[in-house]
Amino acid sequence: MADAIEGHGSSLWKDAWIKLSKNRLALFGLAVLIMLILTSLLTPLIAPYGYETQNLDMGATAPSLLHWLGTDIFGRDMLTRIMYGGRVSLMVGFIATAVALVIGILWGAIAGFFGGRLDAVMMRIVDVLYALPFMIFIILLMVVFGRNILLLFLAIGAVEWLTMARIVRSQVMALRNQEFVEAANSLGLSQWTIIRRHIIPNTLGPVIVYTTLTIPSVMLLEAFLSFLGLGIQPPESSWGLLINYGVETMEEFPWLLIFPGIALSLTLFALNFLGDGLRDALDPRTSKD
Amino acid sequence: MAILEVSGLKVYFHTRNGVIKAVDDVSFSVDSGETLAIVGESGSGKSVTCYSLLDLLPKPPAKIEGGTALFAGKDLLTCSSDEMRHHRCNDIAVIFQDPMTSLNPFLTIGEQLIEPLIYHPDKNQIQTRGEAKKKAVALLDEVGIIDSQARFDCYPHEFSGGMRQRVMIAMALITEPKLLICDEPTTALDVTIQAQILKLIKKLQETRNVAVIFISHDLGVVAGIADKVLVMCDGTIRETGGTDDIFYRTQNDYTRKLLAAIPEGPKTLPNRAKSDEPLIEVTHLKTYFRNQLNSNNSEENRFVKAVDNVSLEIARGEILGLVGESGSGKSTLGRSILQLAPTTGGSVKFSGQTLTGLNAKQLVPWRRKMQMIFQDPYASLNPRMTVFETLSEPLLYHGIATKKNIARHVRQLMDDVGLSQAQLRKYPHEFSGGQRQRIAIGRAIATKPELIIADEPVSALDVTIQAQILDLILELVERHNLTMMFISHDLSVVRYISDRVMIMNRGVIIEHGDTETLWASPKQRYTKELLAAIPLADPAAERKRIASI
Repeated sequence: MADAIEGHGSSLWKDAWIKLSKNRLALFGLAVLIMLILTSLLTPLIAPYGYETQNLDMGATAPSLLHWLGTDIFGRDMLTRIMYGGRVSLMVGFIATAVALVIGILWGAIAGFFGGRLDAVMMRIVDVLYALPFMIFIILLMVVFGRNILLLFLAIGAVEWLTMARIVRSQVMALRNQEFVEAANSLGLSQWTIIRRHIIPNTLGPVIVYTTLTIPSVMLLEAFLSFLGLGIQPPESSWGLLINYGVETMEEFPWLLIFPGIALSLTLFALNFLGDGLRDALDPRTSKD
Repeated sequence: MAILEVSGLKVYFHTRNGVIKAVDDVSFSVDSGETLAIVGESGSGKSVTCYSLLDLLPKPPAKIEGGTALFAGKDLLTCSSDEMRHHRCNDIAVIFQDPMTSLNPFLTIGEQLIEPLIYHPDKNQIQTRGEAKKKAVALLDEVGIIDSQARFDCYPHEFSGGMRQRVMIAMALITEPKLLICDEPTTALDVTIQAQILKLIKKLQETRNVAVIFISHDLGVVAGIADKVLVMCDGTIRETGGTDDIFYRTQNDYTRKLLAAIPEGPKTLPNRAKSDEPLIEVTHLKTYFRNQLNSNNSEENRFVKAVDNVSLEIARGEILGLVGESGSGKSTLGRSILQLAPTTGGSVKFSGQTLTGLNAKQLVPWRRKMQMIFQDPYASLNPRMTVFETLSEPLLYHGIATKKNIARHVRQLMDDVGLSQAQLRKYPHEFSGGQRQRIAIGRAIATKPELIIADEPVSALDVTIQAQILDLILELVERHNLTMMFISHDLSVVRYISDRVMIMNRGVIIEHGDTETLWASPKQRYTKELLAAIPLADPAAERKRIASI
């Protein structure tokens, strides 16, 4: 309260942070994510083995003191591979989703807010991109630009933003006729200010939920592309790729599937907890305590 | 014997924030052919009382904590869900407030009408489609749907609001109920339509001898239709008795407060226009919208003429009332003057400067001088901005305050509109409707405007709150030397607040004049009809008025 009297008031984001910090599950999710990200960043320093190091004598051994999570059929340490894999998976997940978020929100908000012909043109572009077969799109990109991990992010992001744009647009269309937007208009606020201050914050609920769903699906998409030989290749790894190989040898060497699976699931849980917490925190209508 | 006898009814809502006693120890009874009105403001528990009888409440959080409701000797509160279905199908019917949302838009009204007959849960009572249709058409005739045979196969969107409410009444009556519950059945309707619907309900009640429970916040409506009145507040009964007793020999303070809050009778305030110098000059203003429903129409019908060739002047310091029914174009006129709706022709001058034709950037300095207050205080505030942010936005944007002294300015505004400064950090949902309207008014006066256009600013509020907001508006107009255009469908409110009144119908101003002159001698037929349709909170006068329609 002292804040308000001093004149800073409070804002959505400040209040959201206060509310989030009271939500234990969300904090747990946040902590797990930070831990995963830190581990990925420090992997070259703390990984027990090199990611290419093979030890064919130790092919496919079960977890032991020497190799905590066992080794794969080439005798590569699984813990190391999962750590290196996490670098790729998390990067793909976050960067591709961030690309999708930024383009999708702006595109959808502009199309929905201005409506009319601009909206028609922008949404037809979205339709055309939707209709483009995803595989052909990616293969074309790979052929033209060569195999490149940055390209992978861009390609996935370029596909995922389409749905985001549609979600945001439908939200914005419902919002733009609300009286508080008209009130902002009658104050003479510029269109951009209105979109930024009055429209986008009110679309955050569905956007956050969709984002937490997008990150894991992007990670699996990367695995799919890699599996087809379009993404990254061994000895580099990603969680999706490890899981794919793990599935093949599931009956003989279950640890090859279980540990990368656990890593992915842990990320998903953390994301979902954090996402739910954020959604509640950003909605002032959920109670403050 | 009374057909419905409720005693000691208690309904509590168990929410996260504790128990809310929505209905607390309420007892009443209704006889066949009798009308009981339950009156109260929003949150008084009047709807919850009736919905609990039909098991229409969401459970949880609602829980019936005690009491009995004997309907023809059987307790409605403890009966099984099969018995309840039987009651709903045969004995008790409900008419809801909003005829726009209570009909399924994907089914023809005929289909919806005969539904309870052809899908009756009791196998013996199922009727064939032909029989049911015959019955439905006859009923549509009775409720005043013209050409009922053909209209039977129309979809809800092909009916106007008043016609839909007639269909709803037919739907309620088709099972020949013994008890009819009307939940604010005319609140969403225009006054002239309201008068017709009330008369229809009264007539049908007399011919069929049903008992009616009439839920309303409008004492004027209640005065004409009710035999008995039950006044509720905060879930408890404040007063109950015959209509004349309640209105003429009021016992309870709360009832007295309700009655006193109704704006009625001639204008008592002096005229305010200080000079003849016009602040706003509107000449031949036209706002047309492209008709989207039938685009291949003739030239004539391609546009909806929301505002058609309107000319008017508002003098500095006066309050101009603009009256019209829904669809008359009154809101569009207000928005067109403020350049919030794109105009098709004509011009708007603000103290000599022509506004029409200016682009958005050129308009910004003028926007500061003219503001708007909106109808729905729930929709006109950004739910994700605190009061502080909402109020500081116009101040900072127009450079009236700086980041340093913004707090002082905002606190001043809160004082102006009668809100406590401790509430600055709260979000809109934490306020009541009246308080939200105060915030919206604060935002409108923040830029120290000269003109305010208020679009139905009190229509969504309870009567007692309405009176407070009207007084606040009058006080602010006085203190800040404001000029105001007050748009409303409620003639009594307009009469209370305005110096001059304009009547609008189908995009055209059909009559205008000083408030009392217009009331005393309306010239146009439409104006006379409008004035005659106002319900009066005086049972004797109201009965006479209804009989004369």
